[in-house]
Amino acid sequence: MDFVQNVPFFSIMISMFSGTISSILPEKPAKWLNTAVISVVGAMSAWLLWYLVQTGTGSFVFMMGHFPAPWGNEIRAGVLEAGMALFFSIVMLFSMWGGRKKLFDEVEYSKHNIYYILTNLLLSSLLALVYTNDLFTAYVFVEINTISACGLIMIRQNGRTIEAAVRYMIMSLLGSGLLLMGICMLYDLTGHLLMSNIKESVVHIMKTGTYRIPMIITIGLITVGLAIKSALFPFHAWLPDAYGYSTVSSAAMLSSLVSKGYIFLLIKIFYRVIGFDLICGSHIINVLFLFGLCGMIFGSLSAIWEKDIRRMIAFSSVAQIGYIYMGFGLGTEAGMIASIFHILAHAATKSLLFISAIGLTDVSAGSRSFFDLTGSAYRNKIAGVGFTVGSLSMVGIPVFAGFVSKLLFAKAGIINPGWKMFPTLIVLAISTILNAIYFLKTVVRIYTPEKKSTEKEKGFFVLQWKQQKLYCVTIVLFIILNMVLGMTSQPIIRLIETGLHNFS
Amino acid sequence: MFGSNVIPNFAEEIAMILFGIGFANLLFQKNLIKKIIGLNIMDTAIYLFLASKGYIAGRAAPIVVNGVQSVEAYINPIPSGLVLTGIVVSVSVTALMLSLTVRLYQRYHTLDLDEISYRLRKEGL
Repeated sequence: MDFVQNVPFFSIMISMFSGTISSILPEKPAKWLNTAVISVVGAMSAWLLWYLVQTGTGSFVFMMGHFPAPWGNEIRAGVLEAGMALFFSIVMLFSMWGGRKKLFDEVEYSKHNIYYILTNLLLSSLLALVYTNDLFTAYVFVEINTISACGLIMIRQNGRTIEAAVRYMIMSLLGSGLLLMGICMLYDLTGHLLMSNIKESVVHIMKTGTYRIPMIITIGLITVGLAIKSALFPFHAWLPDAYGYSTVSSAAMLSSLVSKGYIFLLIKIFYRVIGFDLICGSHIINVLFLFGLCGMIFGSLSAIWEKDIRRMIAFSSVAQIGYIYMGFGLGTEAGMIASIFHILAHAATKSLLFISAIGLTDVSAGSRSFFDLTGSAYRNKIAGVGFTVGSLSMVGIPVFAGFVSKLLFAKAGIINPGWKMFPTLIVLAISTILNAIYFLKTVVRIYTPEKKSTEKEKGFFVLQWKQQKLYCVTIVLFIILNMVLGMTSQPIIRLIETGLHNFS
Repeated sequence: MFGSNVIPNFAEEIAMILFGIGFANLLFQKNLIKKIIGLNIMDTAIYLFLASKGYIAGRAAPIVVNGVQSVEAYINPIPSGLVLTGIVVSVSVTALMLSLTVRLYQRYHTLDLDEISYRLRKEGL
């Protein structure tokens, strides 16, 4: 065994123990520890990815403890897992940098090290969700993820965030209840908890025809549970408040990482536990397809009606999650690849949008309504550029990440054999237009000059880049990440493809 | 024959009914404490399901005391282990929910979540 194969285990453990250590550290060391841990995890994941691509091994299984396969716990790493871990740590690092200044304004100084504990725990649970090969471990880390996400929402103490945290917890707990029930029933039907072992039993069950209906119900429970947790359209009521009022690093991480972790787990369950053919043969993906389409339309419509910029971006997340589930619903590998690419594109773009929106509201006396944001891109130039790039990417302009995922969705829709081609293309077109309406409306608004007298009256001010160096660097890095995703999409898509082939 | 499993599987059926009750309570109750009670009913129902699935009549918990080492004498310990893990998770989640409820009650002196949302909207925060 090569030493690099320890990377998944190391990265989970490092991030988890750094969380524990942060609890006794003061603010500054905790901050540095957090940055160091995220960077180290990112570097190690890059190393693992490089190793997997170089040697062509594809994937390997890492035994946790001394018990072999059907009894012990396992970690599994492949190209897709390593890539996701790398990407998650990059986005998390940038989100932490981008919101650092705001954290001092919005969160009591004594609570800062708690914030870093929560981020470290969030990272470790995300990594565990990405790497684990055991369903019950996945459940436990889903709960850790939920708890740390709830902490990230309510770290900024006001009535709104606590209410949002309560609503978030309620929906998440409903989802995890269904997920746990599904996992227990699956264990009951198959007698295993490791994904590969379950899959063998599932194939056997479906061949013999016994327990076919309980099996379908189980798949339904797991799918609905994870769909609720990742805010698929009818279950999104908690989302705008949770993303809209929490401190900005939290909002960026919640929208781009937490919900994506659950979606990635769902992809793993589809491929490695149940089998993609069985999923495509059941009607569950049609339900996902339908709700995905509804989410794309209604999420965008709600965003158009919204008067608050942060809540508008949050509602746009509902639409983007709809895209991802629509890709699942197509039931082809092309659809799945498009969905996974959209996970990356959305994560890179949505965190950029949240972080640049906060720069715009800061120079507008903290007001988040559209009316006050007039001309704010002149007052904070870098934030204006960031917001414009994010908007263009979300709308789907070439060069940026959003374009590639839209192209992939359209391609997957066209080669889809069944009746899903026309609904996909039509709703994709409508949703793109709606996206363009609310994002470009905002871009035009922030670049419309405001009268100097009004600016003075309302207490607006101009921020130069020297006053916010880290913030500027973050925005530039986010823009670069976005353009890298948009322009070097072919190798990334090929990696996703190999990763998916290794899954089954 | 359809329905012949109703009597032998009564524990699982009760677990499912309790799960439904808990789920509906967590989703539809306005009162936060009742929601948390619903959460606990839901989780406990899952543990009942697991425990009843893991139990085999006439066998003992897998703790060797009298030197009996035959596999036939004991039940599978994994479902019990899952129940224990699940209890830990549910306790921590319940504690978090209760602490959030305390915070909200101190601020708004009500446990009704809709009332709290209404007041928040009126405050215009």
